[in-house]
Amino acid sequence: MAILEILKLPDERLKQVSAPVERFDEALHAFIDDLEETRLNGPAAVGIAAPQVGRSRRIVIIDCSHTRKPVPNHGRLVLVNPEITEWDGFELGREGCLSVPDYTGNVIRAERIGLTAQDPQGEDRAYEMEGFEARALQHEVDHLDGILFVDRLVSRRTDLFQRKVYQKGGKKRR
Amino acid sequence: MDWQMLTLVGEDQPGIVAQVTEALFQGGCTLGETSMIRLGGNFTIMMMVSDGQRPLASLIRSVAERLRLRFHLDPIRGALHQHRAPNYQLRVVGADRAGIVARVTGALAKSGFNILELESDVVGSADEPVYIMTIQGFAEATLETLEAALEASRDADMEVNISPIETLIG
Repeated sequence: MAILEILKLPDERLKQVSAPVERFDEALHAFIDDLEETRLNGPAAVGIAAPQVGRSRRIVIIDCSHTRKPVPNHGRLVLVNPEITEWDGFELGREGCLSVPDYTGNVIRAERIGLTAQDPQGEDRAYEMEGFEARALQHEVDHLDGILFVDRLVSRRTDLFQRKVYQKGGKKRR
Repeated sequence: MDWQMLTLVGEDQPGIVAQVTEALFQGGCTLGETSMIRLGGNFTIMMMVSDGQRPLASLIRSVAERLRLRFHLDPIRGALHQHRAPNYQLRVVGADRAGIVARVTGALAKSGFNILELESDVVGSADEPVYIMTIQGFAEATLETLEAALEASRDADMEVNISPIETLIG
């Protein structure tokens, strides 16, 4: 196990498209352990992608089970060769990135997604995700395609408010 | 690096930012963070600027006069890389009348809420103006505490909504 160095903007390697994983061997498992240790070493990251540590392979880890306010999630997921197959709705949310220190900004993401992936043993998996977890997955899959959240920024002054959350008097509108 | 805060205000016209920043660049200045917005049809900008080869005031005077802008310079303490991510956002919407901002921000201040961004507009028609304000900020207090603090600032003509922001780091 080792903590890997996280590449930072404007490192050109963050702009590369990562190659699919073909061998589900011990080397892959050892790398995944290092990637997870690196994620946990940083500032409260809910996800990390292999290219962020200079490994240009389609591997991501997400874990949305520890947010301040609980959100729907699948726990910790190690996803190999993830592919988003369905998108539905859109919403704005604030994002930051281990590879872009000292900056957060507003990004539009699909509200709900469907995806296929393989697990670290190479078994096929499929998931449906929504909200914060769907956002995390889209952020990480972007890394595999050489895209950073700063490539998708919308105005800082854009209204982020979710209209359905609270009504006058603090009562929930359901 | 020593920074000065350059503020420019005046009637808006196309090309102001280009001409001002060109003058600063030619004078050897460096820009830090900047924020420009139109308020009531006026151009306003604040820029962190480092000193160049000539004093900043002499650099900016001629371009400001040409564009009919007033300018102001303050030496500031501070530095880059001081961003803070907000963890709450508010939206206030209601019939426009005096005291809205003071009431809402007063309630927030008592709860230890630090405003990081605030923007307000008067919209609607001249007969029935509507006030819209958005605030983003940081507070240690819980949502329930802030809700309770804001309760008194609400009334029939005004909605005050607050919600948490969960910033995704990935």
